[in-house]
Amino acid sequence: MKEFWRNFARNRGAVVGLAILLGVLALALLAPLLYPGSPWDMAGMPFAPPGEMGMLLGTDSLGRDVAAGIAHGARVSLLVGAVSTVVALVIGVSLGAFAGYLGGWADDVVMRFTEFFQTIPSFVLAILLVAIFTPTIGSIVFAIAVVSWPPVARVVRAEFLSLRSREFVQASEVLGKSRLSIVFGDILPNALSPIVVLASLMVASAILLESALSFLGLGDPNMMSWGFLIGSGRSVIRIAWWMSVFPGIAIFLTVLSLNLVGEGLSDALNPRLTRNRGGKA
Amino acid sequence: MGLSRRGLMATAIVSPWLMRAGDALAQGIQPKRGGTLTTIVNPEPPVLHVGVNNQAPTLIVGGKIFQGLLRYSAKLEPMPELAKSWEVSADGLEYTFHLQENVKFHDGQPMTAEDVVFSIMKFHMEVSPRARGVFARIKEGVAVDANTVKFVLSAPFEPFLLMFDVTVSAIVPKHLFDGQDYRQAPAVQKPIGTGPFRFVEWQRGNFIRLERFDGYWKPGQPYLDSIIYRVVPDSQSRRLALETGQVQLTQSNDIEPFDVPQMRARPNLEVQTAGWEYFGPLMWLELNHRVKPLDDVRVRKALAHAVNRDFIAQRLWFGIGKPATGPVASSTRFYDASAKMPAYNVEAAKKLLDEAGLKPNGQGVRFTIRHLSLPYGEVFTRLGEFLRQSLRQVGVDLQLESVDVGTWAQRTANWEFDTTINYLYQYGDPTLGVERSYVSTNIKKILFSNVAGYANPKVDALFTQARDAADPKARQAAFSEVQKLLVEEVPLVWLMEMAFPTIYDRKLNNVITSGAGVHASFDDVFLA
Repeated sequence: MKEFWRNFARNRGAVVGLAILLGVLALALLAPLLYPGSPWDMAGMPFAPPGEMGMLLGTDSLGRDVAAGIAHGARVSLLVGAVSTVVALVIGVSLGAFAGYLGGWADDVVMRFTEFFQTIPSFVLAILLVAIFTPTIGSIVFAIAVVSWPPVARVVRAEFLSLRSREFVQASEVLGKSRLSIVFGDILPNALSPIVVLASLMVASAILLESALSFLGLGDPNMMSWGFLIGSGRSVIRIAWWMSVFPGIAIFLTVLSLNLVGEGLSDALNPRLTRNRGGKA
Repeated sequence: MGLSRRGLMATAIVSPWLMRAGDALAQGIQPKRGGTLTTIVNPEPPVLHVGVNNQAPTLIVGGKIFQGLLRYSAKLEPMPELAKSWEVSADGLEYTFHLQENVKFHDGQPMTAEDVVFSIMKFHMEVSPRARGVFARIKEGVAVDANTVKFVLSAPFEPFLLMFDVTVSAIVPKHLFDGQDYRQAPAVQKPIGTGPFRFVEWQRGNFIRLERFDGYWKPGQPYLDSIIYRVVPDSQSRRLALETGQVQLTQSNDIEPFDVPQMRARPNLEVQTAGWEYFGPLMWLELNHRVKPLDDVRVRKALAHAVNRDFIAQRLWFGIGKPATGPVASSTRFYDASAKMPAYNVEAAKKLLDEAGLKPNGQGVRFTIRHLSLPYGEVFTRLGEFLRQSLRQVGVDLQLESVDVGTWAQRTANWEFDTTINYLYQYGDPTLGVERSYVSTNIKKILFSNVAGYANPKVDALFTQARDAADPKARQAAFSEVQKLLVEEVPLVWLMEMAFPTIYDRKLNNVITSGAGVHASFDDVFLA
């Protein structure tokens, strides 16, 4: 564990990313304390610029506090990012493990199915799904998960393909372990590091995807999210730039931090790779 | 000081037409001939033939090509158009119109009483459901002579005179339609009317070009050489076109409400919200009376008390529109200012809900209802959010549902909603545009009927009484009573008398001269 942290900390960017991410998490957790009440409350005069009327980041067209929106929006954005990633991982890991471990026709069937999803532009599919199931937080999470599992399945399959013929797996087979316990007990723990790295990047892209959907007006109308804030500010950007800029910065920082952390994780989990890279440079 | 001599001369020369109320706007400026007006039409109309299609873009462009027998002032008084005068018999059954002389269609054929009878009795009866609803009351329509038309009604119908605007019953050439399928006739694609501008060219997705009709019946008019309607689907591009002077006029939904304040600030542009009185669109929060507790009048009153209608008109629509006061828009005839709906008062709302036995739970929520947002763009999304917060203040949890236009129309028509937003034209008279939303005979699974399911025999009786009375005074009495009854019962929560901004270059004169605004023929519009 100590070595893991040392490897992680060697990547300066990753540490900065982790700090930002912790900050965003803290904001999300503390939102109800920092901004009690609903972020939808019309707290002040409409279109108050940042700093005026006691509004740190200004107000929007209905007089809602943009700062409160960003704080409460952090909860929604992070929640959507995390939950949809978990769902996508469950789908992707099970299909990938199934295909990679069994091989043969099972592999063929699962991979063709995966390719089917990969050939459809993911954002268009997400829009379609949300539009069909009407925009609610559930349908958005579902849509994001459905469009983001294929890379997981492919990565997991590749790992399983290479691991299943290793000696420790053969040993377990000889010992008569069930297939299920080999898959989850022996192979999966060894395939975990690329999955963890991938997951951190998926959270980032899920946040972006949710923001894009909300921007297009396909967000849950009862949930304040960052994408909604930008979308509602877009048309009045010439009157109230702060309505779009601050939520935009929030998305930018969060997605950047997740990417940096992902890179740090990748370095920490594959130390040999990092050293090689360091050597080249 | 006062009118310049030139202005007085102009008044004298162009006389009978300058006698009209609206033209007072141009007093002091001599009409100038020539020039091209470039404006915007959005969305692009499917056809330009008024009657065959009655959507706003068609009516706005078609209003230049066609004309009706009458036009209407902002106070909805009938004014001469193709009819120079008219008489109504004492019993309210016979309507006689005397037509202008020397009126020609764009193909050179003269317009006669036969064309008028054909247009009213056959063409619009066939193609337009709304016109059919009223014209079905005509027992007999005859051409007395070439310039006189007489309609005999089967029963008195006082708002009959409001039905002759170009947007309702444009006069079409009989010789191009008679004996054909009206919707398929070649003249639908190449519209021929009596208006000051004739249809010349239409490049789909690009522009529609109209040119001056030299045989127009008003001497010396129209002043403009041509009008070009450009198709610009993006709202920010439309705004830019107006700002840069590429177009001199925008109307209807062309410019978003939130862009209007900046247009007002530009010295070369004039922003008007008049010119929608003839249509009188009124917006409300539709309540489904089949959903508990919306069947309780105390709850409905509380909802009306909870909403700040001034905020909606001022902050959401940037002052384009007025807070509603009741079921009848203030520009509609027989509006009674003394019938006032519940005022904004949060405490009164809470008290009424307490009385109705709806106590707040631990989260302060008394009851939850689902609100179907009207998918007409951003402002309406904001309106949904505003209503949610307003009702939350009094302990009503409004859950918003976003849907697309088709789903909204379907679910509203099929009563599958708790609350939603809707706005309907009132067409100048409560019988024509208000009655349909409240009478129990119109509780139908059809959009724009009484989808709320409100039923009150007294309201039914009063609307019937007002419809059938020949005397305007008797009608006023019945309408006043029904308005007072409705503001007590609050079947719907009326929100705003809508208007749409007409924005134009100050060089353009006489743009809004009637209650139908930019739907007018523009024969008196000129660039100075």
